[in-house]
Amino acid sequence: MRAAFFGGVYSNWLALEQALRDARQRGAEAIYCLGDLGAFGPHPDRSIELLREGGVPTVQGNYDDSVGNDRPDCGCGYTDPRDNHYARISYAYTQEKTSSAHKPWLATLPHKLAFENAGLRYSMVHGSPRQQNEFLWETASPDHLLERLCGDADVLLCTHTGLHWQRTLPSGKRVVNVGALGRPANDGRTCVWYAFLDTEAEEPFAFIPVSYDHQRLAREMREEKLPDEFVETVLTGWWTTCLEVLPAKERLKGRF
Amino acid sequence: MTGLVQLQSNRAGPSVRFRWLDALWIQVTGTLCNIACLHCFISCGPKATQVPMMSAEEIERALSDGRDLGMRQVYFTGGEPFLHPELRRVVRGALAIAPLTIITNGLLIDEATAGWLAEESAASRYSLDLRVSLDGMTAAQNDPVRGRGTFDLIVESLARLARHGLSPVVTVVEHEQVESSRTLFLDFVRGLGIRQPRVKFLPLLRIGREERRTHGYEEIMNDVPLLPEVEASLLCASGRIVTAQGVYTCPILIEHATARISDSLAGAQRDLQLSWAACQTCVLDGLRCNT
Repeated sequence: MRAAFFGGVYSNWLALEQALRDARQRGAEAIYCLGDLGAFGPHPDRSIELLREGGVPTVQGNYDDSVGNDRPDCGCGYTDPRDNHYARISYAYTQEKTSSAHKPWLATLPHKLAFENAGLRYSMVHGSPRQQNEFLWETASPDHLLERLCGDADVLLCTHTGLHWQRTLPSGKRVVNVGALGRPANDGRTCVWYAFLDTEAEEPFAFIPVSYDHQRLAREMREEKLPDEFVETVLTGWWTTCLEVLPAKERLKGRF
Repeated sequence: MTGLVQLQSNRAGPSVRFRWLDALWIQVTGTLCNIACLHCFISCGPKATQVPMMSAEEIERALSDGRDLGMRQVYFTGGEPFLHPELRRVVRGALAIAPLTIITNGLLIDEATAGWLAEESAASRYSLDLRVSLDGMTAAQNDPVRGRGTFDLIVESLARLARHGLSPVVTVVEHEQVESSRTLFLDFVRGLGIRQPRVKFLPLLRIGREERRTHGYEEIMNDVPLLPEVEASLLCASGRIVTAQGVYTCPILIEHATARISDSLAGAQRDLQLSWAACQTCVLDGLRCNT
């Protein structure tokens, strides 16, 4: 089986469009999205329409829940005032610009999707199975916790952090954080990432870099008067905002 | 007390449902500290032994219990954790199973200790965070509450950690003299050589020695149910602290017998009534002790 898993789209419709093309070219029989369609980028409806028109099964992220249900904030789970400052700007824009026609769809997306293949159970969530906005960072998620979160699943797929990683647990179960299409992975590269499953491959999960027209995205963000800090991230590959939530090791890998 | 309400347990308060064990706090050195800050919310100091130091075996048992309960992260606190004679052993034990934050005044982090911390951090799959207290950008701001000469020593420790490639979180208590501009503080910390500066401001907790320095709490909380998102975000909804004297609701209440809720970590996984006046600092002022 070949399947693609997209995380955190954050309104980066240009990267989403490219990732859909790339996954199909690689022979994906199924494409899933793990939620957070809005935030950060411009024109939130464009990403939603790409997913709806493409019939992509989508898990509800905290952003989708908030926008869909007109909640007062994005529910991202930040605790630092600086993180929350930018989260508020991003949420106000996304909430205003998301068509009311899409909000009921966002509001009713499932919290979890699952499938079985060759006797293995795959479970897909946004943050974690127990909390939609739980951050599962690579260096802050102990094995014993992940074993517990997997429950009956053999493979747990998640997103929400924006950084991709995978780990095989002592039990043999696997956790894959599929990363994000919405913004670069804080590594100084402008590409974004998704996860690709090929059950015939020696390593079943691979992370795929997606190059897209990030200059155009930056232009559109500027036209929409989104913060310069967001644009800088798109152009440089370094996170400039929502950094305070990062664990020490992840933070040290970035520039800021 | 001057007509203000002492911590008490004979009144009800809003209830908090225990969700799961997320943060395991361990009071590794009890109340033993190498300084005696005037605003300390416990009454820690060089002669303070009212909460005893934990043995390495007790700490390891807490870590093991925490792992069995699915904890997500560990915090070592005190007192001053670097006074623990077997700190290296228990730090390595904690980092073998989970991310670790050490809450410290930084004064005992010499060159050898900073080097060792950097090695442990690099060797571990999990993140090691150091939270270093500094209550001002000048000695004139910091030293009146943390003690004469501490500013220079803490700043040296922060620069030392930075030279070893570590990025400590600087925690700042918002006392009367402190300049609490986040931007200025970030610039100040960056100036110490910390490339990715992190600063966490904390409100004063009007208990412990701070209660004697200024005053305690006026009782303003009632029994009205908390908003679900507030309730879920409280430390006591997903955290507990293990001490040598049992398991308590949270790190700020370890000197209060009524906050001791169990002999064991497993037994402490239960719902609470916020019947302590200090709880208003989390509920109303938004204090969150997580890193």
